[in-house]
Amino acid sequence: MHPWEISFLLDEAEQWAQAGRRARKHDDRLKGLTQINAFFENSTRTLLSFEIAGKRLGADVVNLAAGASSLKKGETLLDTALTLNAMQPDVIVIRHESSGAVALIAEKVDCPVLNAGDGRHEHPTQALLDALTIRRRKGRLEGLTVAICGDILHSRVARSNFHLLSAMGAEVRAVAPPTLMPTDVERLGAQPFTDMEKGLKGADVVMMLRLQLERMDGAYVPSTREYFRTFGLTRERLAAAGDDVLVLHPGPMNRGVEIESAVADDIQRSAISEQVEMGVAVRMACLDVLTRKRRGEWQ
Amino acid sequence: MKPILIRGARLIDPAAGTEAAGDLLIVDRQIAAVGPGLAAPDGAEIVEAAGLVLAPGLIDAGVFRTDVEAAVAGGITSVLLMPDQSPPLDDPALIERAERLGKPRLWVRPLAAATRGLNGRELAELSLMKEAGAVAVATGRQAIADAQVMLRLLRYAAGLGLVVIAHAECPFLTAGAAATDTETATRLGLPAAPAAAEAIQIARDLRLAREAGAPLHIACVSTAEGVELIRAARAEGQDVTAGTAPAYALLSDTALAGYRSFARLSPPLRGEADRLAVREGLADGSISILASRHDPRTQEDKRLPFADAAPGAAGSATLLALGLNLVHDGLISLPRLLALLSANPAARFGLPGGALLPGAPADLLLFDSGAPWRIDADRLPGRAGNTPFDGLPVQGRVRLLLKGGERLA
Repeated sequence: MHPWEISFLLDEAEQWAQAGRRARKHDDRLKGLTQINAFFENSTRTLLSFEIAGKRLGADVVNLAAGASSLKKGETLLDTALTLNAMQPDVIVIRHESSGAVALIAEKVDCPVLNAGDGRHEHPTQALLDALTIRRRKGRLEGLTVAICGDILHSRVARSNFHLLSAMGAEVRAVAPPTLMPTDVERLGAQPFTDMEKGLKGADVVMMLRLQLERMDGAYVPSTREYFRTFGLTRERLAAAGDDVLVLHPGPMNRGVEIESAVADDIQRSAISEQVEMGVAVRMACLDVLTRKRRGEWQ
Repeated sequence: MKPILIRGARLIDPAAGTEAAGDLLIVDRQIAAVGPGLAAPDGAEIVEAAGLVLAPGLIDAGVFRTDVEAAVAGGITSVLLMPDQSPPLDDPALIERAERLGKPRLWVRPLAAATRGLNGRELAELSLMKEAGAVAVATGRQAIADAQVMLRLLRYAAGLGLVVIAHAECPFLTAGAAATDTETATRLGLPAAPAAAEAIQIARDLRLAREAGAPLHIACVSTAEGVELIRAARAEGQDVTAGTAPAYALLSDTALAGYRSFARLSPPLRGEADRLAVREGLADGSISILASRHDPRTQEDKRLPFADAAPGAAGSATLLALGLNLVHDGLISLPRLLALLSANPAARFGLPGGALLPGAPADLLLFDSGAPWRIDADRLPGRAGNTPFDGLPVQGRVRLLLKGGERLA
């Protein structure tokens, strides 16, 4: 996306964020439209966030959960996509465990498709909600130093944030053990660090990523204990980074693995709950903007 | 059968490395005479071939399916069939059956599975399979992980006078990978293995083959380091050859953009530096065989997210035209291309063909090296159109294909 497109979406989301704090949160602009949340990979918070966003806009929201889908009965992904399409939805939100799966489905359906995360590839609404949270706390994105720390190799959140933040003029760092650092990460606009202290020094924002506990199996890291010692975000590390550091985490957190509880719960520095709140606002903005053409609001 | 006289062609004998204008006469399914101004015997069929190239039928040294239509369209009269069939070619009866599959239009030369069920542990009955018609031994789509098994395989096969055709990708490094570890894979978020997975396996197999004093053929070299290892070993006099496929000389991993699963190959497409090194290897002779690795896949196998799609591409029907791309680029000469496509595999695996000699079976290819066409995946002959070259304009059309003097195309 271009910087102006990102700014436009963030401005739209900002309005929804303000509306979300009022007693009456509802808006009926998507009334009568059908939104399908097709989640082929398990998710709790993103699914919930998209469901709430759709309902607040008045859409008829239907969820397709992975366990119940006919994929388990051997139907191919594209047949499932065509089935969904035949039900004439107005927007489909998709999460899938394979990189590129959302783009594959989007080619086969007639309505707008929103990527809610595909494999290790992209999770665009997460990057937007992170950006909105940062912008609200720091007043800007340009010129900030953002350290993204943890399992970058397997993270779609990290990749989407590299694209968005570097497009918006932030200085992005990728902080990870060498086994969890993707090849040529600097080509995606991130400066690599394998030392947590150096990576955090002078950062305005620290974004922690979840360490999936099954990574111990693939010999990526030896243990959660050692990982916490070398890459966990502790008060001491944070204090050394700078005075006014903002802490983000896309959730769900592993307390005591990548982040210390005292840091996660520090309301001065942690914006983790605010991220969840902004998630709803950003998704409302995306659903609104993507369906405007269908609603006849754009030529 | 009527004698056939092909007149006024550009005759290329890749085995001899000669090229001349002239005629070729076929009598009783064999080449009867080659030379200028041959007289037509009574009742002979005359083929006017001015402006066309006459060469031995192509020998495709590595296909995963017996696909007669695709082979004929590509000017191929003989294929080496990989043992990765269902069931794997690990038994003499299966070898005999595989050999019959192409008849009467295609010579199928089966490759014996190196291990039972291609399990990488127990040797298959190589001697019995050789008797049944296997022309070499192959590890198939996978390398043999266990160095002890590989060493014994090399020793045993060498005792039988069989070349071992090895897949060169370290199976541990490539477990779960769908791409080469490059910027492209990082951007696309694909599970990836370093290109070094190839060099690591080639280095091991070269060393084991030297230990065993055994001939080795690396089925498909795709990286700069791999080419360099082969080049160095050959310079030292080791009995090693290497092949590659057109995709590795013509495409790099940028073809994966948009998650095009037709570009999911095995080995995976590499970075640009590797592509250039493969071309250099073809030019200097380090790589001496060009094979299609024809691996037709169904829509069900390919219309999936990239990492879930099956690897492999259809290649037989486009082998000649894509090979000619290297000639038109000025990388190699036409006789050299035809050696890569016929004389070299014939020499390496002890097969008939690859030469224009009186007395040899009339497996012949007459083609127009300049005729333009466009590769259209939907219209490729044979089993499937899963080509990463869809839409590419190419040159080179088969005008006549003879197997044992019988007209196939």
